[in-house]
Amino acid sequence: MTAGYNFAYLDEQTKRMIRRAILKAVAIPGYQVPFGSREMPLPYGWGTGGIQVTASIIGSHDVLKVIDQGADDTTNAVSIRRFFANTAGVETTTRTTDATIIQTRHRIPETPLHADQIIVFQVPIPEPLRWLEPRESETRQMHAYADYAVMHVKLYEDIARYGHIATTYDYPVIVNGRYLMRPSPIPKFDNPKMDMNPALMLFGAGREKRIYAVPPYTSVKSLDFEDHPFTIESWDTSCALCGATDAFLDEVITDDRGGKMFVCSDSDHCAERSVKNHKDGQEKAA
Amino acid sequence: MAYVAVKGGEKAIDAAHRLLAKERRGDTAVPELTLDQISQQLALSVDRVMTEGSIYDRDLAALAIKQARGDLVEAIFLLRAYRATLPRLAESEPIDTSRMRARRRISAIFKDVPGGQMLGGTFDYTHRLLDFSLAAAGLTDPDTTQDITAASADQALPRILGIMGDEGLIQAERRDAAAPPPDLTREPLEFPASRATRLQNLARGDEGFLLALGYSTQRGYGRNHPFAGEIRIGEVEVVIEPAELGFAISIGDITVTECETVNQFTGSKHEPAQFTRGYGLSFGEAERKAMAMALVDRALRATELGEDVTAPAQDEEFVLYHSDNVEASGFVQHLKLPHYVDFQSELNIVRKIRADMENNLEAPRQEVLA
Repeated sequence: MTAGYNFAYLDEQTKRMIRRAILKAVAIPGYQVPFGSREMPLPYGWGTGGIQVTASIIGSHDVLKVIDQGADDTTNAVSIRRFFANTAGVETTTRTTDATIIQTRHRIPETPLHADQIIVFQVPIPEPLRWLEPRESETRQMHAYADYAVMHVKLYEDIARYGHIATTYDYPVIVNGRYLMRPSPIPKFDNPKMDMNPALMLFGAGREKRIYAVPPYTSVKSLDFEDHPFTIESWDTSCALCGATDAFLDEVITDDRGGKMFVCSDSDHCAERSVKNHKDGQEKAA
Repeated sequence: MAYVAVKGGEKAIDAAHRLLAKERRGDTAVPELTLDQISQQLALSVDRVMTEGSIYDRDLAALAIKQARGDLVEAIFLLRAYRATLPRLAESEPIDTSRMRARRRISAIFKDVPGGQMLGGTFDYTHRLLDFSLAAAGLTDPDTTQDITAASADQALPRILGIMGDEGLIQAERRDAAAPPPDLTREPLEFPASRATRLQNLARGDEGFLLALGYSTQRGYGRNHPFAGEIRIGEVEVVIEPAELGFAISIGDITVTECETVNQFTGSKHEPAQFTRGYGLSFGEAERKAMAMALVDRALRATELGEDVTAPAQDEEFVLYHSDNVEASGFVQHLKLPHYVDFQSELNIVRKIRADMENNLEAPRQEVLA
């Protein structure tokens, strides 16, 4: 462990302040709680909010998984996992089912979460209305009055222009029937996983100094219209490695002549399936 | 396998760190920089890093500059991250710059002022000609045949704006003694922000950003007719009064640069015509920063003074949310992080829109896409 620093880097007073903000966030699902975000030794925009949330809830018995784009071995996920291995000395894992805390950027694992898990999202811009109204003083009032008409108009304009809603990630949701919330830049493919999820979902935005939460078993509804219901992405192909047809697939360019293949974005899920496929194949052969 | 290209983050990071360390050191035939050399000979870099890093510590700032390979914003970041781990032990009394032992003190609004004008060591009147004699090692010691030492005011210098204040010509500064000083490093920014909060934000703010904003006010975007009322650089005492002692003790001296601008104000419904102020303060010698800060501070007082808010420099949310280079640098550069998933989603929808168009299914109107 890194000498000279407290367990999980932050001092206990700061952790307590952050936990208070988390408790408030859990009590008001989807509401953005301002907090005294600290300067972390990783850059803003690289997960400082998520890191502070994780640092303030992690204990020595926790098992941590960190993913970026669904994968455990992307460089920033490696960097953050190491940060906690160094400063907290906790056990880390790549297996979704073994983790007690999962810190993520841009994905929710394909493997369903369970009630003993907390998933911590890294949030770049917490305010769902930000692209429609740049002023914080205005958007806070809009939330207070639950005045979300501008968002509905924006989605309607998409339909008028393109025939369907053109937002594909960070797709806005209504939490617990009250607050409009950004789910962080996860693909809308992952939105349905948030609804009535048994795990606690915490969202940390370090640079913007906001924390929000979706408690377990809370309704999370993606905005849509009766005649244009919410839909998720689907692919005509399957994962080239594990054959999954129901997972989010990343496109990988394989040559400079337009060759490409599709593979699971969730590397743990893909590996588990590959192992299972291999076993099944052996059993069949035997 | 093509897919290997996106794997193996762990090994890549280790290798990148080793390479960085090597590149930092450069050619080992060249002697390594010492912190003393940085602190002494790159003193203004150290001052900037201390100011925007919000710690007064020359040695740490020099270390940060060395570690950051001379990248000052990176050095500021290093210092900030270190600062976040330090306890807050006490709040000092406000520093009293009228008791500064000034080594530079100028005013552009009066030809002579009580205590006199003092130029100090300044680039101001140098001709910006490359001095090739500095390129030759060993020949760079200044001429020692003529002894020159910095003049230093041996008496307290009255503040020039204070003298004007006696005549009621300039707006009085209100001191809200009851309110504890705000601290942006502990509490998130909220709007409307107090002037103290704004000043803390500007003091930590990026010099380049404030310079451009201050400049924009001079070019008509929120014009506020500034004069350099007084600029002073020198040492001031930092005093704390611990509750358990009950009396004030000095904990040391720091060097600061202070700039007070005098700005025209034609009066409003409630206020007679008088001059108003902008205020800038930085650690060490950072005159450009202090002046730019004063211009922006004055611009941000538009609402308080009943002026129309029309320009970026007057817009509190715009200025205060975008002044911090550690925040800005991190967020701009996070674009380097993988965005495969979001980009995949975008690829899918662009393909879908194009396919819809080709099939003439719910064909979008041409003029909308054009």
